Amino acid sequence: VTLHLLHDVLALGVPFSVALLLAALGEMFNQRAGVFNLGCEGIMAMGAFLAFLAPHLLGGTAWGPWGNLIGLGLAMASGLLLGLLFALVTVSFGAPQGIAGIGLQMLGWGVAGTIFRKFIGGVTGVEGIAAWPIPGLSRLPWVGDILFNHTPLAYLAFLMVPGAWWLLQRSSWGLRVRAVGTHPRAADTMGISVVQVRYQALMLGGALAGLGGGYLSLCQAKMFADDLVAGRGFIAVALVYFGRWTPLGILGGALLFSLAQALQLAMQVNGIHFPYEFAVMLPYALVILVLSLARRSRQLGPAALGKPYDRERRA
Amino acid sequence: VSHRIRLIHAGGVILLAAAAALGVASAVLLAIGASPLATFAVILTGPLQDLFGFTEILVRAAPLILVALGVAISFRSGILNIGAEGQLQIGVLASTAVALAWPELPRPVLLPLCLVAGVAGGAAWGGVAGLLRAKLEVNEILSTVMLNYIAAQLYTFFLRGPMIDPEELVSGSGTPQSMRLPEAAWLPRLVPGMRVHAGLILALVLAALVWLLLWRTTFGFRLRAAGAGPKAARYAGIQVERSLVLAMLLAGGFAGLAGAVEVCGLHHRAIEGISSGYGFAGIVVALFGGLHPAAIVPAAGFFGQLLVGADMTQRSEGVPANMVLVLQGVIILAIVSAKMFIDNPYAIERTGRLLRRLGLVAVPAADERGEP
Repeated sequence: VTLHLLHDVLALGVPFSVALLLAALGEMFNQRAGVFNLGCEGIMAMGAFLAFLAPHLLGGTAWGPWGNLIGLGLAMASGLLLGLLFALVTVSFGAPQGIAGIGLQMLGWGVAGTIFRKFIGGVTGVEGIAAWPIPGLSRLPWVGDILFNHTPLAYLAFLMVPGAWWLLQRSSWGLRVRAVGTHPRAADTMGISVVQVRYQALMLGGALAGLGGGYLSLCQAKMFADDLVAGRGFIAVALVYFGRWTPLGILGGALLFSLAQALQLAMQVNGIHFPYEFAVMLPYALVILVLSLARRSRQLGPAALGKPYDRERRA
Repeated sequence: VSHRIRLIHAGGVILLAAAAALGVASAVLLAIGASPLATFAVILTGPLQDLFGFTEILVRAAPLILVALGVAISFRSGILNIGAEGQLQIGVLASTAVALAWPELPRPVLLPLCLVAGVAGGAAWGGVAGLLRAKLEVNEILSTVMLNYIAAQLYTFFLRGPMIDPEELVSGSGTPQSMRLPEAAWLPRLVPGMRVHAGLILALVLAALVWLLLWRTTFGFRLRAAGAGPKAARYAGIQVERSLVLAMLLAGGFAGLAGAVEVCGLHHRAIEGISSGYGFAGIVVALFGGLHPAAIVPAAGFFGQLLVGADMTQRSEGVPANMVLVLQGVIILAIVSAKMFIDNPYAIERTGRLLRRLGLVAVPAADERGEP
């Protein structure tokens, strides 16, 4: 029975982690470049909504078969644009990042909610993206369901973990990102444009957060509601701290969170009852706990995190 | 740089920021097929058409002032409290619990007790984030956001479970709401037949007290010093961690009081969705009011009008209420951006040069040119 429960928890939890993983990898690039983007939550809401909207509108037309792909494209594009807006406010204007992030969160959430309420209204389902079981491997006993029976976006997200590591640690762009996040003045002196690299990182981070939102509506929930994102954007930001700004650490954190959520669901299914509200609280309480324990890892973070850079001012 | 250039510069930046904010909001309105002009016209004039609309603005201004005062204290003390929404709900729970536990108490005892309970509940909830920041260096934005989600779940748990009105269970409708508060716990209404209540007066008095506290007491000076420059403050012997916790206790207390005022003054029972976003709108009000009580009061009036007006546009123009969030978001982004330009000496200098080239300001005499 325990083994059975463990299997259920893993099979449920692994797909839950994808949205968090995508958004947190994006946020990692933002923070490695020195910008703390709390607007992640709003970007995910916008991405989730647009990814849902395209197949919802295109269903039944000649474009129908492409609806999901167009939706994911729109989600990434909107994330990129919101990242650009955030870059304008925090990098070019040098506004305080914490409050600006809350503003971006309200904006993304508000725009998605306004258009949704106007044209669609209540909770509406979509067909979404079906799982692609990997032939052969998905029929392996026990682990097949857990590892090889997911939507294509999930495989892509897991492949992004080594991809993000390579981009950050082995590519010249990654070196520039780490340089502007650690010592922007030194990077500037070496001829790296701090503004340009931070813009690029924020646009990449936004696109990934948008894609994470798209995963939520098309692959995970297969529907959209105003409060679909429910704090996952903020949890993704916390995961970056927890994962010590590394892709592997973030993957571990995303799995930990989704397994906790899956455990709670599996316990309810298996007849262990406790008030629903406390079950919903669990991931949020876990974030606070994790942040309290991650105190010492904070010193490993990018040195220039949260500090606007102005080349005209003396350090 | 002359005083005049500074003024023109600040005015220009504010106008540009306002235009950008209105531009984004208009784009969203156009996207949903509503007329931006008609929508803004309804928001600006609709609530002022009659006494009811005007008093409704004041009804919303009271909690907004209280939340914004707390937010201003915390921001000025260097701790960004985003958790007013949760602190407010805990305040509602605490004051409702006290009112329902001792319904026999006379008004002069029960009403203050309820308000104090709200303050205590909110302060406890905010204090958690303050302690986490001071002792364990947990980012207060993330912790207060998470505490908001937790408080929202606690709130519905209590309304559906332990605190639900027994009549709801008898009638079977099961609406999650508490019993009606005894009348001794009600705040008096100010205008016969209207909903505006004494919470507004309380908020105005507290606005004056917060000004005194922050700018006329040593305690307030310590808080502001810790916020303005923690290193310098520590060097001067100020216990920065202590002032962070105290600031969060105060901020939470104000948000909790806003909750108590909503339940004692307006709804007379704890209902679902009681905060209606005041916790977030209060942050915008505090920023819009420059984190100063004297400007927070009119800013709360303006946002009260925005909220009442948005309700009206929902009916007249078919604009969903979520539009308020869009406006709040763009206003925050516009304010934080504009602030960076208003005090930036380089930006002021550039404006000065532009004005001189356009011939709008006289070229300074040779002996003045040397100054920065």
